[in-house]
Parts: sequence; structure tokens; C-alpha cells
Amino acid sequence: MSFLQNKIEKFDQYLSDHPKVKFFLPQALLVVFLFIIIGYLSFNASSNLAARGIDTGFSFLNKKASFDIQFSMIEFDSSMTYGRAYLVGLLNTILVSVIGIIFATIIGFFFGILRLSTNPLASGLATCYIETLRNISLLLQIFFWYFAVLRLLPSAENSLVLFNFVYANIKGIYIPRFVWTNLSFFIYGIIFTIFFIIIFNKYASILREKTGKHLPKFLISIGLLIIIPSFVVLTFGVSLEFSHPKLEVNMGISNYIGGVSIIPELIALAFALSLYTSTFIAENVRAGILGIDKGQKEAAASIGLTKTQILKLIVIPQALRIIIPPTTNQYLNLTKNSSLAAAIAYPDIVLVFAGTALMQTGRAIEIVTITMLTYLTLSILISIFMNWYNKKVALTEK
Amino acid sequence: MRSLNFIKTRFFSSPIDAFLTLSISYLIYLTIPPFINWVLIDATFYGETKKDCIDGGACWVFIKIWFTKLLYGLYPSEEIWRINFAFAILIISIVIYKYLNQKLKKYLFLFLVIPFPIFSLVLFSGGVFGLSPVDTREWGGLFLTLVISIFAIIFCFPIGILLAMGRRSNLPVIKYFSIGFIEFWRGVPLITVLFMAGVMFPLLLPSGTNLDKLVRVIIAITLFEAAYMAEVVRGGLQAVGRGQYDASKAIGMGYWKSHIFIILPQALKLVIPGIANTFIALFKDTPLVFVVGLLEILGMVNLAKTNPYWLGMATEGYVFVAFVYWIFCFAMSRYSLSIEKKLKITN
Repeated sequence: MSFLQNKIEKFDQYLSDHPKVKFFLPQALLVVFLFIIIGYLSFNASSNLAARGIDTGFSFLNKKASFDIQFSMIEFDSSMTYGRAYLVGLLNTILVSVIGIIFATIIGFFFGILRLSTNPLASGLATCYIETLRNISLLLQIFFWYFAVLRLLPSAENSLVLFNFVYANIKGIYIPRFVWTNLSFFIYGIIFTIFFIIIFNKYASILREKTGKHLPKFLISIGLLIIIPSFVVLTFGVSLEFSHPKLEVNMGISNYIGGVSIIPELIALAFALSLYTSTFIAENVRAGILGIDKGQKEAAASIGLTKTQILKLIVIPQALRIIIPPTTNQYLNLTKNSSLAAAIAYPDIVLVFAGTALMQTGRAIEIVTITMLTYLTLSILISIFMNWYNKKVALTEK
Repeated sequence: MRSLNFIKTRFFSSPIDAFLTLSISYLIYLTIPPFINWVLIDATFYGETKKDCIDGGACWVFIKIWFTKLLYGLYPSEEIWRINFAFAILIISIVIYKYLNQKLKKYLFLFLVIPFPIFSLVLFSGGVFGLSPVDTREWGGLFLTLVISIFAIIFCFPIGILLAMGRRSNLPVIKYFSIGFIEFWRGVPLITVLFMAGVMFPLLLPSGTNLDKLVRVIIAITLFEAAYMAEVVRGGLQAVGRGQYDASKAIGMGYWKSHIFIILPQALKLVIPGIANTFIALFKDTPLVFVVGLLEILGMVNLAKTNPYWLGMATEGYVFVAFVYWIFCFAMSRYSLSIEKKLKITN
């Protein structure tokens, strides 16, 4: 041991005697090492590709894909290009991530707060939920929902009907499609309302700072959100109809036609992702609420704030500050985990692009690179957005 | 009277509380009895085929018949003693580790991290000392899960430490390389990394070399986990007080000596819980190796449930695997929590 110690000591001594070596040598070594590795790998790659007669480059993106995708938010058929297929996969990934993030947040907050309840039954249920689901592999949960639970749904003829407009069977869940007339007026109305509410809230805060008068911001905002759109609906003749899915039998196979169909893969994936991630968010929420000093609440109560005011003005803003950074990580994880979709054939970017397209074109290097860069970009975008939001709620010390 | 009061304050203190109590009780009533019925009371434990199972209950015969496959994959049954032998050594070492003095602990630890993995790899793959060779294609089940996660965690550890030190270095090339490396691997999902190992690695190696699939997977997972490990270690390095750095400098220690003998031992002690959490995450991610066609325990269930004699056994298989995962992960997370508590007390 002391021999080793001596060697290290001498090495350190040498480095501190030669500051230039200390600065340049390790960096030069790293650069040379990287050059050798990258050079070696790309040399191998080019000779391998030449030997197999595969040409390189991204021109394949404009070629005809000639495969179908089961579920797509934009129009797609086999006559379209690989580039379009990539877009379909990307949109499907974003769709399931957004659904997952929304539900994971709601469920996570619910169970995080429930775990802190003084009611032992409630906190026990939350603990059970969290400790069970977070300790089981996510892929297994996806399989469980897909192969064990959703397969229990009845066949198309005996669909489960909920509230007379949701039809659930083994092929998926069918809901009515909205048929709008004059939809654009309605959307303009909503945008105008949101704009108006923002201005109103700004005005209310200025008024409070100047005169100390409190306006019931939340109630008025909700009221505006109801009144203005309904005014628009009545005056501009906006109307909404539902096109119900109908059971049709085609060559002995019955299926629902019309309406919006949600494929079981999407349901299983969204379920598993949001339940799994919600357990981590619940723990963040619990830590955030526990992290607030008891003195804060007592001080707030002593200056005469009501219970809801304490929660709204003192506890939540401070708790959010603790909750947001780790929750950002969970959003990132959820987005990355949505790639497990490939295991149950939900057509996300991994399945469509790194799976089917790669099989057909053999462009392993290009396709894997594009897929990785896509996820990298999504990750960076989410962290930029959450950093911006975090800065907004962060403590501004004067 | 007192117990009644207790019930009132704990379960019915407010209308919301009462609502919660009642609805949760109803939920428990709805789910727990049928579940217990299915798992235990109506379940079938004895028998050899699917026909022995009664409808309405779990068919544990399925797990019984496939048990060795779920544990060892397709490993030849007359060679299974090798796996048992290696894991027996591992478990015995961990058990006696507690009762050794500091010096012996150090040696046992070194034995477990360096010679033991090499020894067990040789033992598992065979081909020397008269052991018949076993192709890695036959490795599978829980055995493969443990092999992948244990080896990846051991290999990623030194890389992670170097990256963490690199990220804190004031040499720009090293610093930005470390940041780039860490952020790249943390930004991509493991499944794309495994795709890379499956389809891209062979193109990057000289033609004619046929690197084993399992080796490729372990390399890929090691690179991936090294980035996470680096962030964990960096947390530890940051937590070591500024005074430790200054003091070691003041007594004339250089960068490497102070890091190896002063900073790292303290930092690594602080991050044991973080390492345990990384290991848990890795353990839960191993089923993804299905991408390259390796079948660990979940993959074996998926294989078994498509066997024509055992159709419709998905639920039993998944419940069993979930149980196995849960035991492992829950035990490890409790262990990391207990260390965390201990660290808090000693600090």
C-alpha cells in the first residue's frame, strides 16, 4: 500500500513542478484518445458498409416507406416517405408522453398528499400504492396492463358501454368524434378569453398592491371562461354534434366504425407510464410539503390568514420550489420511458423508426443516431421549459 | 369509550376524512377478498399440466413447472450447479462480511469486486478446466438479470468516478468532454442504447469479429449507467466539505493523493444510498434486453405464456415476476434508506 502511496505522491509532485504538463498533457491525451477511437470506429463502419453494399446518408428519408402504421395522428399510408413515418412516430411519442405527464402529475399529487393524511387508512393506502408500483419493473407493468387486464375486455359484439357513448372492447376504446360547425370562431373566442383573463389578473394584482383591495380572481376568471365562450357559441352559430361509433359487421368480423378509436396499446402504455411515474412524483410532493418549516404555518396563522390562504399563499408556493426540480427529472424519465412502447407495438418513434424503418432500409447508424438525437432534443426542451418555470417560482432574494 | 374516541379522531375527524375512510374501506372490500381468493384459496398448487388447474383461481402449477427456466433460462440442467455455486459464494460472503474486522472487510470487498466476477464469468461460460462450454444464448431468467445488473454496476463504477472528477476539473477539454458524455447518455432512453448495441455495434467493429451479444449489451449498459453513476458520485464530491480540500492541500498533498486518500473515501461513503438507487433502477431496467433477443426472467415468462400447452397463463406469470422484482427492489431500497439514516446520525 505504501509503495502505491509513494508512486502517487511522486506523480503529484511531478505535476505540481510542471504546471504546463499538468494543464496540457491530460487534455492532449484525451483528444488523441478520442481521435483514435472515433477514427477506428468510423474506418470500420465505412469498410463494413462498403463490403455489404449499403450506401450511407440521409437520402432514404425521402423514399417511399411502403409500410402501414396502425395509429397515427396525421394522415399516413404506405405511399408516403420515411420522413413522414418518422414524424408519425414522433407525434405518437409526444402524445403518450403528454398524456402520461398530465395523469402522473394529478395522481402523484393526490397520493403524495394522501400519504401525509392523519387518517391511517388513507396514508396506509397511499404507502401501499407507492411502495408496490415503484418497485416493479415498468416493462412488466406495461405487459400486465396490455396482456392481462385489457385482454379481459369483451369482444366487439359485447362491448362495454359507459354512459351510452364510450364503447370499450378488446380492440380498443371508441368515443364519439366531435363534429363542429364554425369551430374557428370558438377557438378565437377561447384565445380571446385567455388573453382577457391574463390582463384581468395583472390588473387585480396591481389593484391589490396599490389599494390592498382583494378581488376574487379565481372565481371571476372561471366566470369569464364560461360567459365569453357561451356568448360566442350563441351569437356566431357554433354548434357541436357527435358522430357516434357504430357497430358494423364486415365479412364476419364486427367492429366499430366512425368516432375516435383509442387503441389498447396507447391505453396500456399511458396507464403504466402514469401510474409508475406518479409514485415518484408522490414522493417528491410528500418531501416538498414536509420540507416546509412548521413555523411558516404558525406565523401565517398568527397574522390572521385563513386555512385556505395559508395553503394557497404560504405552503404551496414554497412546497412547489422543492417539488419542481425532482419532478422535472420524472417528466424526463417518463418521456424516455415511453420508448418501451416498442415492446407492445405502440407505433412510437422507436417502433416505427428504429424498428420497422431500420429493418427495411438497413441504415442502422443513421437511424439509431436520429432516434437518439430526437430523444436528446426532447429532453433538452423539457428541461429548458422546466428551468424557466422553476426560475419563475424560485425564491428571489433581495 | 376511549377507543371510540380514538376511532373518531383518527378516521372521522372531518367530513372529508369520513368520506375517505368509507370509500377506502369499500375499495378494500372490493379488491382484497377476490385477490386473496384468486391467489390462495381458489388457486391450484398441485399438478403437472394446465388441465389440473381449476377455473377462477391462479394456476401456480404453471410457475412450478417453469420454475427452473424462470431462474436459469435455458442453461443446461446438469450445469446449473455452477450458477448455484457462484451465488452461494456471493451470499455467504455478504453474510460473513458483517462479522469481520475492518482489515478483513477490505480484503473481502476487493475479492468480491475483482477476482470473484472474473472467476464466476469463467465458471458460467466454461470451456476451461474440463468445464463444458455454455453459450451465452442459453443464459437466461433471473440469473441473467443478476449477471447483467451486477456486472454493469461494477464496470460503470470506476468510469463514473472518473467522469465525476472530470466534470469538476478545471481543464476545459476534460470538463466539457465529461459534461457532454454524461448529458448525452442521460438524455437518451436505455432502449435506444440497446438498439445501438444490437444493430450498430457490429457495424463499428472490424468485419469478421463476432462480439458476443451479452458482452455488447453489458458494454452498452455500462456506458449508460456510468453517466448516472457520475452524477451520483458528483453529489458526494460536492458534499465533502470545502475544508477537507483545503486541509489536504495545506499539508502538501497533490490532486491525486488528496482525491484517492482523503476526498473519495468520504464522498463514496456518502453516496452508498445513491449507488443502491442506481442499482435498483438498473435492476428494474434489465427486462429491456429483450430488444436484442436475450430472455431474462420477464422474457422467459413471455416465452412460457406462448407455449401451446400453457396459453392464458400471462397473469400468473406476471404476478410471479412482479413479486420477485418487488422483493429485490424493496429490500434494496430499505437497505439504502437504513444506510442513509445511519449517515445522518454519524454526521
